[in-house]
Amino acid sequence: MSSHAHTGHAVVVEPSGFIRKYIFSIDHKVIGIQYFLLALTAVCVGIVLSLLMRFHLVYPGAHLPFVSGGIMTPEQYLALVTMHGTIMVFFVLTTAPQGGFGNYFLPIQIGAPDMAFPRLNMLSFWVTFLAFVAIIAAFVVPGGAPISGWTGYTPLSGMGEVTGPGEGMGQTLWIVSISLFCLASLLGALNFIATTIDLRAPGMTLFRMPLTVWGWFVTAILGLLAFGVLLAGGILLLLDRSAGTSFFLPAGLVVNDQLQPHSGGSPLLWQHLFWFFGHPEVYIAILPGMGVASHVLSTFSRKPVFGYRAMAMALCAIGFLGFMVWGHHMFLSGMSPYSGFAFSVLTMSIGVPSAIKTFNWIGTLWGGKIQFKSPMLFALGFVSLFVSGGLSGLFLAQPAVDNMLHATYYVVAHFHLVMGVAAIFGIFSATYFWFPKMFGRMMSEPLAKVHFWITFAGAYCIFMPMHFIGIAGGIRRYADATGTNYAAALQPVHVFMTYAAFITGAAQLIFLFNFFWSLKHGAVAGKNPWNATTLEWITDSPPPIDNFGGDYPSVYRGPYEFSVPGYRQDFIPQNLTPEQAALLK
Amino acid sequence: MPGSTVTDEVELIGTGKGGGSSGDDGSFGGGGDDWKGPSGSARVPQRAYVTGMTIALAGILMFFMALVSAYIVRKGMPNSAWVPFNVPRILWLNTLILIASSFTLARSRSRFLANDSEGFRHWWGVTTILGIFFLAGQVIAWRQLAAAGLFLSTNPASSFFYVFTAAHGLHLLGGVLALLFIAFRPTHRLTKGTATEVVSMYWHFMDGLWVFLFLLLLLGR
Ligand code: HEM
Ligand SMILES: [Cu+2]
Repeated sequence: MSSHAHTGHAVVVEPSGFIRKYIFSIDHKVIGIQYFLLALTAVCVGIVLSLLMRFHLVYPGAHLPFVSGGIMTPEQYLALVTMHGTIMVFFVLTTAPQGGFGNYFLPIQIGAPDMAFPRLNMLSFWVTFLAFVAIIAAFVVPGGAPISGWTGYTPLSGMGEVTGPGEGMGQTLWIVSISLFCLASLLGALNFIATTIDLRAPGMTLFRMPLTVWGWFVTAILGLLAFGVLLAGGILLLLDRSAGTSFFLPAGLVVNDQLQPHSGGSPLLWQHLFWFFGHPEVYIAILPGMGVASHVLSTFSRKPVFGYRAMAMALCAIGFLGFMVWGHHMFLSGMSPYSGFAFSVLTMSIGVPSAIKTFNWIGTLWGGKIQFKSPMLFALGFVSLFVSGGLSGLFLAQPAVDNMLHATYYVVAHFHLVMGVAAIFGIFSATYFWFPKMFGRMMSEPLAKVHFWITFAGAYCIFMPMHFIGIAGGIRRYADATGTNYAAALQPVHVFMTYAAFITGAAQLIFLFNFFWSLKHGAVAGKNPWNATTLEWITDSPPPIDNFGGDYPSVYRGPYEFSVPGYRQDFIPQNLTPEQAALLK
Repeated sequence: MPGSTVTDEVELIGTGKGGGSSGDDGSFGGGGDDWKGPSGSARVPQRAYVTGMTIALAGILMFFMALVSAYIVRKGMPNSAWVPFNVPRILWLNTLILIASSFTLARSRSRFLANDSEGFRHWWGVTTILGIFFLAGQVIAWRQLAAAGLFLSTNPASSFFYVFTAAHGLHLLGGVLALLFIAFRPTHRLTKGTATEVVSMYWHFMDGLWVFLFLLLLLGR
């Protein structure tokens, strides 16, 4: 290895001014933290919105000081649904795992000094930030936030104020925000892919990349191919709203007794464009978490990932199949039974690579020396939630069953477990795992364990009962669950879920406290607190500006060489030469 | 084509410490260590720009294909209110200009590779001017349509016409700006070889895309 480390020859110089260093930084590590903090802000907003919804479902007549008019109207409830979904899916689940951790760790894990295009990286973040400002602004404009859901279904989203209070300025801001988000994600995806292809260290072949890198890489490819489609849809929708076109708006539509001036557009066209993006999007949210889970399970079982290549190929297969199943969100749109059948079979076929992954996660644990550290707990939680939530998908994937379950709480239960909470557990696992590397200190382990157990139990208490409500016919997005006798009979279940939600929400304060307290007061971490093998653990915590202090590693082995027989040390870092490793025999 | 330019500027990249590609089995990137300068300074390898442009074009293609599928679906709607119209004649001229610009750009680049900077600048300039002519021609086409009473919201056929031409025009405007930028400013991160290669990829793609859209508007109306 070069001995030039820290000799000052390096061209990468840390900028000195506060603004260049922390605000308009082109360092992928700073940008990663910026993305993470953006997602942290967004998740706080999202949780508050969800608690308001849960509160309203149980006390629909309560007087709320901050609601104009005192009592929440159905429209205001719908605005909460819309904003909660949008903020969570885009600004949390898409932002934290990929923009946050991917940005920070992808270059380091492949032994690179930065992303391929650092300025573009900065631009991606700031455009994402603008998108967030736009969506938050929707709360305060006249009419308030939009009411058409995170899927922005037309014609509701395309007509303007006539269709509801939030459908004026609020909906416009929603579309602008999502379009900006698409743009930013496209730039980000470009950067991730080019970096993975061209900036790998010597010896870092594709099948020596950590599975986290595989996760971010496949996610970036999905993003590249999906976000452009939503962007196109967003532009057409904006034209329908503001330029008088009729891409998505049918003729003869009467809203509030007014005949609308549109002609011959297709509301289903929007659904197709949306879900062609939307289904890959759910994998964009979860694939990085799958990578993290594989990585963490291996590290804390002190065992190689079981079937590493199969894991990488399953990620690719999920990504590939993910583009051919969007129709399963539209079984009830009047599609031909033949298309329905095709979409159904393709959807269920995703169960195969998903099962491969689950099987291999369990295979990784099997016979391992398992250490129940906080990242491990959350990774195990991820697997549990992914399985529980994924199984209900197989029911929904059958048109005949979906006939009954579509638009009920069953779907809400499905996607919250498999996407919402599972991806959040992936984020938590990543946070507890990499916090020492990012900030040089450990997070408190006892607090983390309390956080885990409450959140894990809480998530199941909130979302498991939702399946029953859905099967019993409880419709999603209704502001008042007591409107009909059969639904009112389910009210005790709603009460239970609301209590669970408030307790789980409160438990997140433990995490926030732990996070900020540990920044200053955590135990000093050292380079490699978990005895892990990948390249981020051979450099300082936090890493220097160019990641390796000028001493760039070469790679001689795969990413998960744990407990290799014949060696005294139970982990062999990727950068050890065969001679160096031989000394450990 | 990719790679051929990189060798021109090999000194600029700096090969740094060796290390070899240590048995890279089927990897298409890892193993190359030409982005590390002698003192460990970081430099993005020039091929990353080519990769980046390839990826960007894939994303752009998806964007336009989404619009094209919307076109097909919308046109096929029952009661679609679709009123076909003849595209302005000037589009034929514009199309010829754009196709010609691809040839002049290819010429410019081959002059560059032959180290003939005079010829390079000449044909590069011609390409830029042809690009500007194309854009001006598209604007004239819009004005003719408007004069004929066809606006963005008149009927779905005209809506799509404006959407396609505007989306493509904006992308091409970006191409013209890139041409101008490279003509007038030295780029310090990209070598000139890579810059011209990357811009050429983009330009030819936009040319091909336009021909496709033109045929769609012409035959698919
Ligand atoms: C084998 C696995 C899976 C199958 C078979 C499956 C199937 C389905 C089906 C058929 C629906 C439509 C239900 C309806 O609206 O009536 C659905 C909804 C949904 N799924 Fe899955 N799914 C699977 C895994 C996943 C994963 C891994 C995620 C996310 C990470 C996910 C996220 C969602 C979301 C967000 C929705 C609802 C969107 C909405 O309507 O707002 N699913 N799933
Ligand atoms: Cu789906």
